[in-house]
Amino acid sequence: MSAQFFKVEPSKSSSVDFTWKIGGEAGWGIKSAGLNLSKAFVRGGYHVFSYDEYPSLVRGGHNCYQARISSEKVRSQVLDVDILVALNKETFDLHISELKPHAAVIYDGRHFNLVDPTDKKLRLINIPLREIIKKHEAMEIMMNNVALGATIALVDYDFDILAGIISDQFANKGEEIIKQNIKVARAGYDHFKKNYPSVKLLSLTPLPPLPHPHQDSRLLLTGNEAIALGAVSGGVKFFPAYPMTPASSILHSLAEWAQELGLVVVQTEDEISAVNMAIGGAYSGVRTVTATSGGGFCLMTEGLGLAGMTETPLVIVNAQRPGPATGVPTWTEQGDLRFTLHAHQGTFPRVIAAPGDVAEAFEVTINALNLAEKYQLPVIILTDKLLSESHESTEVFDYQGVKIERGKIHKESQSDSSKYGRYAFTKDGISPRAFPGTANITVRANSDEHDEFGFSTEDSKIRIAMMNKRQMKLKHLDKELPQPRLYGPPQAPLTVVGWGTTKGPILEAQKMLTAAGIPTNFLHFVYLTPFPLETVTKVLNQSKKILDVEGNFDAALAGLIREKTGIEIKEKLLKYDGRPFYPSEIVNRVKSLV
Amino acid sequence: MTDNLSNHNILHKPNWCPGCGNFGILSALKKAFEKLSLPSHKILLVEGIGCHGHMVNFIETNHFEGLHGRPLAVAQGAKLANHDLNVFVISGDGDFLGEGGNHFLHALRRNINLTCLLFNNQRYSLTTGQASPTTEKGDKTKTSPQGLIEEPLNPVALAIANGGTFAARSFSGDILHLTDIIIKAHQHEGLAIVDILQPCISFNKLNTVEYFRKRLYKLEEISNYQADNRLEAYERALEWGDKIPIGVFYRKEKQTYENALLTLTEGPLVSRPLGGIDLEGVLKEYR
Ligand SMILES: Cc1ncc(C[n+]2csc(CCOP(=O)(O)OP(=O)(O)O)c2C)c(N)n1
Repeated sequence: MSAQFFKVEPSKSSSVDFTWKIGGEAGWGIKSAGLNLSKAFVRGGYHVFSYDEYPSLVRGGHNCYQARISSEKVRSQVLDVDILVALNKETFDLHISELKPHAAVIYDGRHFNLVDPTDKKLRLINIPLREIIKKHEAMEIMMNNVALGATIALVDYDFDILAGIISDQFANKGEEIIKQNIKVARAGYDHFKKNYPSVKLLSLTPLPPLPHPHQDSRLLLTGNEAIALGAVSGGVKFFPAYPMTPASSILHSLAEWAQELGLVVVQTEDEISAVNMAIGGAYSGVRTVTATSGGGFCLMTEGLGLAGMTETPLVIVNAQRPGPATGVPTWTEQGDLRFTLHAHQGTFPRVIAAPGDVAEAFEVTINALNLAEKYQLPVIILTDKLLSESHESTEVFDYQGVKIERGKIHKESQSDSSKYGRYAFTKDGISPRAFPGTANITVRANSDEHDEFGFSTEDSKIRIAMMNKRQMKLKHLDKELPQPRLYGPPQAPLTVVGWGTTKGPILEAQKMLTAAGIPTNFLHFVYLTPFPLETVTKVLNQSKKILDVEGNFDAALAGLIREKTGIEIKEKLLKYDGRPFYPSEIVNRVKSLV
Repeated sequence: MTDNLSNHNILHKPNWCPGCGNFGILSALKKAFEKLSLPSHKILLVEGIGCHGHMVNFIETNHFEGLHGRPLAVAQGAKLANHDLNVFVISGDGDFLGEGGNHFLHALRRNINLTCLLFNNQRYSLTTGQASPTTEKGDKTKTSPQGLIEEPLNPVALAIANGGTFAARSFSGDILHLTDIIIKAHQHEGLAIVDILQPCISFNKLNTVEYFRKRLYKLEEISNYQADNRLEAYERALEWGDKIPIGVFYRKEKQTYENALLTLTEGPLVSRPLGGIDLEGVLKEYR
């Protein structure tokens, strides 16, 4: 087994790459406005990465949403903002330091006054958002659309694409609502064109349509939406869960699709119930997933081991947020790696996979379902707020080409009456599963240590044989586990190590470093246990200098690497303020090391 | 009977204490399965942890013996995945009302078609006799040497008060009555709760066979008791003293959770094909 190598190309100088940000009070529809703008560019063939920040509040408090729009693939948010829509003064004050020289600020001069206190030569664009709303007898929340119209004019983009997005958004609300929303957006567009004819930030025509068998545009998705899509493409029919940010939108999506796609989605009384219901469903033969965040995963810990002991396929998504306890609910962190590695008493096999982007979230979910069933064990998908809730444009998934592998299943025809043993000893430790209801046999699953037929036992020999059988499954699983990928030239003077969602910012940083003449490579872990020992040892033994980048306090991956390989990584860039990494932070650290 | 596992034969000899009420419950359960003509492979028993949970070893049906307090959650999942199965929850007073109390309340809200058998010996017996949520006030146990301060919970009253659609009580010492109640509970479309009074000869010196024989009376023998009046049922359920009623307290027709789900009208989830899903409708939102 060896790492695959992936090339890193610097950006083309002709490429478009700008960041638009909108801010205001919670409850003003900031997110939906940001989503609409992002979609408008995805429909025109651009790549988008959108990131939002919001407090754990429903109304009031500062919300912001930023969309990075580019003619090339973008994988992360950046610090510098080109266009800021400040729906209130607070937005301007909070984000002024992020504005680039000559950045444009769209604001409502009749609501608050702005003067440029910087020497950045900001372009202040006064659009009477509230007055336009009043004039058209529209609702205040439509103010966003006026700002979106003005943005489209500012970058000289195609207004009709935005109008199309608005029509689709309000398709169920009737013609009147659609017309009014488009009208106010158009008014914003026209106001800019009329009053700021000489301000032109960019001139963006839609890119040529993309060739694709399904549709002519990419998808704009969050990691959670990709996981939900992966789940249903992978045959999941049952989803019991309890809401917890940032995992809840998986539950929302599946509940929304339940009728159309034939799913049973249950909002349970707690996470203990969710995980036990999931196990009941999986035991009965239905593909099942549940999802939560760290606090809920604490409650699921007992169920995790139940799946391990009863050899029931179980997929749990743990969307991390900063802990411990309630922590910082709507922000991001990679703080649960050690917890998920060791959760529950005793020893049993498990798989942990941490996708790095939206496309990987889809792939990993499907693979998790297959691994869980083939090896009859729990699989944990670790994501975090950054991936779970950020929107990324991505190629349409080949959901019809998904390969479903259920592993060994005992069929009625093979049976001779009551000889079926749910935990029969086999060469690879995997006993054929049967589902309750199969004629002529009964299926006995047991959380007590058990013999081949599922009867409780305390016999020393059987205990040893059963432990060995369960652990043996890992040996076989190991052979098909995807290996960490190495991005960049193998001989680079510095290797960055990371797992899960730091992938985006690290790849972006690598691009910037390559452009500055500093080659690096990046070893990215998606599958963390069973540990990919050979690949990691081989790559890191060749590394000249290693930098560990993790969104946590305890450098969990560096610790795991040391435990498994003996290699100590001394240089670490750790972040645990709830904010994701920005590529520039990684660039600065690497520059200080080489 | 359509399979050759028929008589729910015991493969392992029960290792409960001689004289344990569980023997009576096991006999009644087997009789009920026979009378209902349920083949083994169509029955799923979901056990909790406690003396009751050892049932996993003593009767030939499908089993899932899970964790302490969680059988109701596992059973609801199994039933939603395959509603053709006849699913029974085998639980104890500690399991069902202590560790798993929250699941009980919310299962009442859902009304999934399950039969819950609550082996109520008023003790945590497997763990050698601590007080349980149904231990009587003042009773002395290992964990209440001065007499228990707390009041007992009443599962029948809890079920009736919280939307339960079938609430009954029986006695492990009256196998005929218990068999009949299990059959009625199973025939009920919805969540059925059966509180089975059961002496624990090792750790409960108060609620003995004698204690119950003196006090129990049958609701069936009361003329005009229809089990369809919620308030009357509730009042009866609260009766616990010189007289203790057994029988069906309350029964109500109500849509089950499964029947309210359009998805399940096409048959059990487990019978659906896994691949070949069409996502074009869903994907529109993301373009
Ligand atoms: C999480 C957890 N806590 C505690 C225990 C220990 N335990 C096992 S059975 C039991 C009580 C059983 O009482 P009950 O449900 O009334 O069953 P009985 O033994 O009386 O039939 C306890 C506390 C456990 N197995 N798991």
